[in-house]
Amino acid sequence: MKKTIEQSTPRYGRRFALLGLLFAAVFLLSFILGRYSVPLGTTLRILWARLAALCTFGRAVVAQTWTETEGAVVLNIRLPRILCAVLVGAALSTAGASYQGMFRNPMVSPDLMGASTGAGFGAALAILLGAGYWGITLTAFCFGLAAVALAYLVSRFSRLNATLALVLAGVMISSLFSACTSFVKLVADTQDQLPAITYWLMGSLSSVKAEDTAFAAVPILIGLIPLVLLRWRINLLTVSEAEARSLGLRSGRLRLTVILAATLVTSASVSVSGMIGWVGLVIPHFCRMLFGYDYRRLIPASILMGGTFLLLVDDLARIVTSSEIPLGILTSFVGAPVFVWLILQGGADRER
Amino acid sequence: MSVEVKGVSFSYGSVDVLHDVSFSAGPGDLMAVLGPNGVGKSTLFGCLLGYLRPRTGQVLLGGRDVQTLSGAEIAREIAYIPQSAPVTYNYTVLDTVLMGVTHQIGIFSAPKQKHIDKAMAALESLGIAHLAQRGAQKISGGERQLALLARALVQDARVLLMDEPTANLDYGNSFRVMQRIQALGGAGYTVIFSTHEPNQAFRYANRVLALSGGCVAADGRPDAVLTGELLSELYGVGVAVQSAQAGGEQFRVSIPFEKEARP
Repeated sequence: MKKTIEQSTPRYGRRFALLGLLFAAVFLLSFILGRYSVPLGTTLRILWARLAALCTFGRAVVAQTWTETEGAVVLNIRLPRILCAVLVGAALSTAGASYQGMFRNPMVSPDLMGASTGAGFGAALAILLGAGYWGITLTAFCFGLAAVALAYLVSRFSRLNATLALVLAGVMISSLFSACTSFVKLVADTQDQLPAITYWLMGSLSSVKAEDTAFAAVPILIGLIPLVLLRWRINLLTVSEAEARSLGLRSGRLRLTVILAATLVTSASVSVSGMIGWVGLVIPHFCRMLFGYDYRRLIPASILMGGTFLLLVDDLARIVTSSEIPLGILTSFVGAPVFVWLILQGGADRER
Repeated sequence: MSVEVKGVSFSYGSVDVLHDVSFSAGPGDLMAVLGPNGVGKSTLFGCLLGYLRPRTGQVLLGGRDVQTLSGAEIAREIAYIPQSAPVTYNYTVLDTVLMGVTHQIGIFSAPKQKHIDKAMAALESLGIAHLAQRGAQKISGGERQLALLARALVQDARVLLMDEPTANLDYGNSFRVMQRIQALGGAGYTVIFSTHEPNQAFRYANRVLALSGGCVAADGRPDAVLTGELLSELYGVGVAVQSAQAGGEQFRVSIPFEKEARP
């Protein structure tokens, strides 16, 4: 009996290994792409030196065989941007996967609850008020959280079914904030504010610096940890509340934890990268096709695949044209055809 | 007694739904809950599962008031099997069954090999072990109902509460599912199921609880208490109860007819 089960279980371990290899390859490739070329060997030595110094609190010193410029390009420009792309991609797709499970709806994206539109409005407002880079990021982050908090509060006072109330409140708050953003665009100075807002809203990592990556990394990691730890339990949010309850689960607390974590990572991502659609909606579907529906595999797969995908797209943004194409546009350009292909294939789901 | 309901009344605001409902059920009982739509079957189930608090009276599970038990303690006593409905996500049957171990593992852990073995044993006992790796969207409604039944078995509760176990199932699947349920009653589970079909009470149950207007209209052996008059009163249509033979056994059957045309 056991044997037949094992035989019919897809080889998830091998698929994870392949995905991990792909991630590593894209990660390394990303360092050597760009107008200023640094050979892979040099890049690896620079990274190794930094890693060794970090791990031994600066005591280990690797002999420097590279120029100052090469070191600066790798450590100050490429590394932060690469890490940021990985973090944002992982965050958006994991948040999307969690939201889709929680709302029992595969068409839900992490901006359902208003995190992205809230952050977008925050950024637009900050640009309108002439805030600097930090002001924009911070305002975006705060408004993203505030939008979701507002949607959650509204739903708490509703007498509808909790999930439906959350969705409706989220859609309502979301449209309110996008109307606010439109208003800000209307009154913004068309010479430089309006293009800045529009560009920000389309999403980009081109101006990401080490501090931004550090700023986003803290909330993203804080949000991802509970999602990873609770990943099997998230499965239980996909069944009806009466069922979950009869299985002995207090779904209210789990639901709130997942909302908080997913919102935190979404707001943090949007505040550094601008609005990047698509990733949070579609990457979880890729992952389900390859790794099945169990969140035990879906969450790690979303982290890996989301990170790999956004990194790849950001690489394209860097090399395709001399003036960078916004990520929000490219994610759809790259992702949509692949997704269409996967739909036509029927995915790994076909035989089950 | 695994389940004791003592004088339970329940109202939504000023609308009385249940009025002084009392009954008890123990191992081997296979109890059909009958009654017209809106009579309070779901409300009764909510009270049994502890998520609705009766206005008066109490529900005892294994001798303890359900309102004083934690979610995990309730899950150890009573398992709920919802109607078979299409699922949003294509979880495998095995994954679905494994959700039954929720109350047995810590919040950060996932089912282990011993839980998988247990789930496979439950699937085997219901005759659907070969479906373990199939997606829940790719099996029939009857098979899905059996998978939910397996999940309840894995939960280790001795009381199985089923909301219309054969809703949306075709004739043959209904029979197969009900046979499995009957076998569980024989194996010492306390089974309580709601149904709209009096013939199911006659055919499978050894107890029937008929609800009318939020009150218990009858409680006893189906053959003894389910009379044409009672069914007629419950559903507002004429009902004739007759005897029939099938597979060498005697069964009672009910047939509805238009009231005015009564002979």
